[in-house]
Amino acid sequence: MKKAYLGVDVGSISTKGVIIDKNNKILAEAYLWTEGNPIGTVKRLISELANQFDQKRYKVVGVGTTGSARKLTGVILDANVVKNEITAHAIGTISLYPEVRTIFEIGGQDSKIILIEDGIVVDYAMNTLCAAGTGAFLTSQARRLGIDVEEFGPLALQSNNPTNIAARCAVFAESDLVHKIQIGHRREDIVAGLCKAVVTNYLNNVGKGKKIKPPIVFQGGVSKNIGVIKAFSDVTNEEIIVDHNSHLMGALGVAILAKKAKLEKDFNFDINDIEFETRGVECKKCANNCEIICVFKDGYLIDSWGNRCENGAIKIKEQS
Amino acid sequence: MKNKKKVSFPHLGNYWVAIEFLVKNALDADYIIPPPITKKTLELGSMHSPEFVCSPFKYNLGNYIEALEAGANTLIQTGGVCRLGYYGELHEQILKDLGYDFIFINLAKVSYRKPYTLFSDFKKINPRLSISKLTNYMSLMIRMVKIIDKVEGFIRENVGFEVVSGSFDKLLKEFLEALRKVKNKKDINEIYYDYYKQFKAIKIKKPKKPLKVGIIGEYYTIMEPFSNRYLEKELAKKGMIITRTMNISNSLFLRREKDVKTKIKGYLQYDIGATGMDTISEALRLAKEGYDGLIHVKSFGCMPEVDAIPVLQNISNDYKIPILYLSFDTQTSETGIKTRLEAFYDMIVMRKEKK
Repeated sequence: MKKAYLGVDVGSISTKGVIIDKNNKILAEAYLWTEGNPIGTVKRLISELANQFDQKRYKVVGVGTTGSARKLTGVILDANVVKNEITAHAIGTISLYPEVRTIFEIGGQDSKIILIEDGIVVDYAMNTLCAAGTGAFLTSQARRLGIDVEEFGPLALQSNNPTNIAARCAVFAESDLVHKIQIGHRREDIVAGLCKAVVTNYLNNVGKGKKIKPPIVFQGGVSKNIGVIKAFSDVTNEEIIVDHNSHLMGALGVAILAKKAKLEKDFNFDINDIEFETRGVECKKCANNCEIICVFKDGYLIDSWGNRCENGAIKIKEQS
Repeated sequence: MKNKKKVSFPHLGNYWVAIEFLVKNALDADYIIPPPITKKTLELGSMHSPEFVCSPFKYNLGNYIEALEAGANTLIQTGGVCRLGYYGELHEQILKDLGYDFIFINLAKVSYRKPYTLFSDFKKINPRLSISKLTNYMSLMIRMVKIIDKVEGFIRENVGFEVVSGSFDKLLKEFLEALRKVKNKKDINEIYYDYYKQFKAIKIKKPKKPLKVGIIGEYYTIMEPFSNRYLEKELAKKGMIITRTMNISNSLFLRREKDVKTKIKGYLQYDIGATGMDTISEALRLAKEGYDGLIHVKSFGCMPEVDAIPVLQNISNDYKIPILYLSFDTQTSETGIKTRLEAFYDMIVMRKEKK
């Protein structure tokens, strides 16, 4: 039986998973909408992955989780590696593009830039405070224009004269957009303008002060948007590499980290019948009122977090 | 005494111990320690503050309200060379509008060329105050601040390697309690030598070449741990030396502006206000010393620190030192900060392994 490794990336908008062999070859992959239900989505993801690969030839012996729900998912899958999405994305991309110098990453709610030298992350930045210029912003503007977000890219390419849209802030951008629609700008120009706005916002905020060197790899959900890819290459004057698995880099990276961790234990795919439940309780022992999240597996408390101090620590009883 | 003043001053790290000492001894008044900062403090402060004011203003206002509710009737605010210089007037007005009755001592109005104005301000609290009494206790307070800073500096460099988790925290609490009981210079020195020995005796396990990270940035947010989501603790837990020289001793008592200006020649020519120059000078010093990374901390919208960022980027490029930039406002979720710190840690570990 050959060894395989599972990587799961649970983001705010989508949940991604891959199973790889010891040479980092992807044996199974899945991409689902998180829809505000990380636990349910992870369960569906696991059963989709289970059906895709030969369970008689391969055995999953390592699990890694990343993304904003990495901790919760890590507990549910009993992962041996729980890693932040910045490191995971870098590791995933470097495994496919060892020469990469710059990674642009735009996801549902966040965006980051990672600078690499000789296969090592040397600098990074991630958006703070504001989600302008991320996938969620594009999706909501697409809805306003009555366009599917998937049609966004091809429509943008039809424009010869992208509309200028203020990109400093999602709220300003939206009112600017409304005004420009109402005074008669063409739809394709508006859409192309939005793609450009995302890129300008990204380079002015996340990319501020960073030396962008080629090769540049662009990934995250928004990298599927051909309009944004074009805007990036127009502004940087460089070729923008987008892998056909660009949405899976975080999952791939954390699967590789699980492989490297060398803590092997067999993974059980039958988690569909296990009942996982989370409950939030307010600590109330001081005015901080920390909200403590308790995770239950078939009624047993298996983990808890969210307390700022020891007073709020919840003891986990040994299971008999 | 019935009309004894009950004085309070906003929290800033552990300096309340020194302020309490001055108020009790020199001003013959009670000191109301503002209740520890919690989410509620911040909510109260934000609710009554202008939306876009820097977050230290909101914390201070929250402290005042909670101190007034706890019985304070005399509030002190300090001055400063940025928006901080306007805090006092606005705090006083907002609190009066809320219907509180109190005496407000605004040190921003003190002219440092005429130290007598400071004295007459304090005389409002204690009419029998003499200049010699004030200067005597002021110098003791300064001594206290200096030893608090020394002890905390030592903790930052070692707490990440403690063998028994929590040993430094526990001793720090004891040290501060002991310091609250001092009467004179002899007591202060005795406590310092005694506890410094104890801190040094705490068992640590330090690797040969530990990771070293410097924290630089804006005055309040860097010194008040609640406002930076306990950044230093969070980092130290990963096992590294944390250096942060921005504290009250180094900024008020030991700072020499001319020195700072010479040190940063070539990077900055003129004062950009508040802590901006110190941020740059410290970044440069740590970069030259070969630190593994720097974290720049500020409250959202802090102009002097915003202005310092392009210079920091130049230092980062010249010395190949990564700098993480963090802005704090009223958000209290730690998740985002943790993600960024974890990634920062992974990065400096990988860089170090490569070297």
